[in-house]
Amino acid sequence: MLKFEHVSKVYKGGKRAVNDLNLEIEKGEFICFIGPSGCGKTTTMKMINRLIEPTEGSIFINGKNIMERDPVQLRREIGYVIQQIGLFPHMTIQENISLVLKLLKWPEAKRRERARELLKLVDLTPDYLEKYPHELSGGQQQRIGVLRALAADQPLILMDEPFGALDPITRDSLQEEFKKLQRKLDKTIVFVTHDMDEAIKLADRIVIMRDGQIVQCDTPDDILRNPANEFVEEFIGKDRLVQARPNIQTVEQIMNPKPVTITPEHSLSEAIQLMKQCRVDSLLVVDEKKVLTGFIDVEMIDQKRKKANLVKDIVETEIFTVEKDTLVRDTVRKILKRGMKYVPVVDHNHHLVGIVTRASLVDIVYDSIWGEVETDEISKIG
Amino acid sequence: MDTVVEFFSNYGSEMLYKTWEHLYISVIAALLGIVFAVPLGIILTRIPKVAGFVMGVLGVIQTFPSFAILAFFIPLLGVGKTPAIIALFFYSVLPILRNTYTGVNGVQKSLLEAGRGMGMTGWERIRYVEVPLAIPVIMAGIRLSVVYLIGWATLASFIGGGGLGDYIFSGLNLYQPEFIIAGAVPVTVLALLTDLLLGKVENWVTPKGMKKMRQAA
Ligand SMILES: Nc1ncnc2c1ncn2[C@@H]1O[C@H](COP(=O)(O)OP(=O)(O)OP(=O)(O)O)[C@@H](O)[C@H]1O
Ligand SMILES: [Mg+2]
Repeated sequence: MLKFEHVSKVYKGGKRAVNDLNLEIEKGEFICFIGPSGCGKTTTMKMINRLIEPTEGSIFINGKNIMERDPVQLRREIGYVIQQIGLFPHMTIQENISLVLKLLKWPEAKRRERARELLKLVDLTPDYLEKYPHELSGGQQQRIGVLRALAADQPLILMDEPFGALDPITRDSLQEEFKKLQRKLDKTIVFVTHDMDEAIKLADRIVIMRDGQIVQCDTPDDILRNPANEFVEEFIGKDRLVQARPNIQTVEQIMNPKPVTITPEHSLSEAIQLMKQCRVDSLLVVDEKKVLTGFIDVEMIDQKRKKANLVKDIVETEIFTVEKDTLVRDTVRKILKRGMKYVPVVDHNHHLVGIVTRASLVDIVYDSIWGEVETDEISKIG
Repeated sequence: MDTVVEFFSNYGSEMLYKTWEHLYISVIAALLGIVFAVPLGIILTRIPKVAGFVMGVLGVIQTFPSFAILAFFIPLLGVGKTPAIIALFFYSVLPILRNTYTGVNGVQKSLLEAGRGMGMTGWERIRYVEVPLAIPVIMAGIRLSVVYLIGWATLASFIGGGGLGDYIFSGLNLYQPEFIIAGAVPVTVLALLTDLLLGKVENWVTPKGMKKMRQAA
C-alpha cells in the first residue's frame, strides 16, 4: 500500500538526511523505523504525509504518487501521532478527538457520536469527553492522541516516537493496548522509535536505518536471529541476541509442565496440606476440564480462613497468563518488569498447560551464560 | 458645591456630548487599530525576517511625541475628527501588533505540527489553533491600547477633533480650573470603566480550557 522508490532528501545546506531509500509496506503491516539519532527516521516518515517533500524519488500510496495529491487532503487521510502528544489545550477531549472530522465537515452530532465510540476503544469513560487535556495524565493524553489519528478511520497511521515521553510502566501498557488495537482495526502503521524493545514487541517488520539508508528490514525474529552486520548486532544488543536463541523459543519449551493445581470444591485445609506437601506458596485453581480459573496463595488462606471453607470462596480470578506459543523473550520481560513470581501458561482455550517460574528464568539465564552442553555435564556431575 | 451644580446646569449636556465624542474618537481609532494590527501581527509571524524590521520601525515611530504626529497630519489631512482618528490609530497599532505577534509566535510548535499533520489548511490553523491560544495576549494588547487611546484622545482637541480635550485646553488657556476638572475627571473615569469592561471581555473570549488550565497551575 505504501512504496518508496529511490527516495532521497537533501536539506538546505546540503545535509543528505535520507539517501536512495527503497521500501514497500503491505496493507495492515506494522512497520517500525529504528536507528541512531539523526539517521533520518523522522524525515522518512514526514515525507509520507508531505510535511517534508522528497528531493528525489517518489512515494506511492495505493499506487498513486503522493506528489500528485493535494497535501491537505492527503494528510486528512493519514493519521498522525507525535511524541509531544500535541492535544489542543483549549479544546475538550471530544473536540480534540473529532477535529479531523470537523475539518472534513462532518455534522456536529455525528462527530460527538464518533468521539464517544472511539473513547470506548481505550477504556475511558464518556465523562472524559468534556474534560480538557490538562486534566488527563500523560498516558491518557497520548491515548487521546492516538484516537485523534483514528477518528476519520484513516487506513494509514504515522507515529513518531509516540510513547517516548511516557514513563516506562505507562509506555508498557500503552504499547500492549495499541498492539491489540492495531490487530483489531487492521491499520497500516509506520512507527518511529528509539527503543529496540518497543520495536520488537510491536513491529511486524523492523527497518533499521543508519545515515539515511536502510541497513536491514526484516521481522523481529529474523533480525534477532540473523543480524545483517555488526552494526545491527551492536544496535540490538547482546542480551537480546541471547534471548532470541532459537532453541529456547516459546514458553512451552521452557515451562514446567506440572504446576501444582487444585479444584474449587476442595477445602482450604486440603489446600494448605497440598502446599506443604509440594513446598509451594500458591496453587493454581482449575476446574474439572483443566480450565484455569484463578489462584490462591497462603496469605489469602491465612486472612480468610475464618470466613471461608472452600477454595472457590477465596479464589482470586484476576490472574495474568501467557499462551504457550508466546515467545520467551516477551515473557521474560514481563516477569521481570512486573515483579511476578510466576506466570501460568495456558493454551488457546485457557486450559492450564504449565507454569513459568522465576526458577525457569534462572535456567534460561544460566543456559545463555554457560551454554547447554556444560549444563548437561554439570547435571551429570550433580 | 454650588459651583459644581451651576457648572453642570450650564454645561451638563455639552459635557455628555463631549464625552461621547471622546469615546467615539478613541473607539473608532482602536477598532481600526485592531482590524489592521491583528491580521498584520499574524502575517508577520509567517515572515520572521520582515517581522523584526517592522517591529523596530514601529517602535521608533511610537517614540515620536504625540503632538508632532498630530501636527504632521494637519497639512496632509487638514483638521477635524478624521485626522485625529488617523493619528490615534497609528498609536493603537503598536501594542496590538506586538501582542498579536508575540501571542501567536508563542503557540507551541508541536501544536502547529499536530495541526498541519492532521490536515489543517493555513487558515484553519489560524482560526482553530493560533488565534484561540493567543487570544488572552492579543486582548491584553487591545486593552492596553484602548486605555491609552482614551488618554491620548485629549490631544484630538488640538486639531479640532473635539472631545473632552476641549475642556482641558480651554481651562488651561483661560486659567479656569473647573474646566480642567470637567475634562480630566470624565477622561479618567472613562479610561477606568473601559479597562474594567475590556477585562470582562478578555475573560469572556478566553477559551474555557485555558482558563481551567491556568487555575489548575
Ligand atoms: N529542517 C532541517 N534542516 C536541515 N537539516 C535537518 C533538518 N531536519 C533534520 N535535519 C538533519 O537531517 C538528519 C536526519 O534528521 P531526522 O530528524 O530525520 O533524524 P531522526 O532519525 O528522526 O533522529 P532522532 O532519532 O534524533 O529523532 C539529521 O542529521 C538532522 O540534523
Ligand atoms: Mg526524529
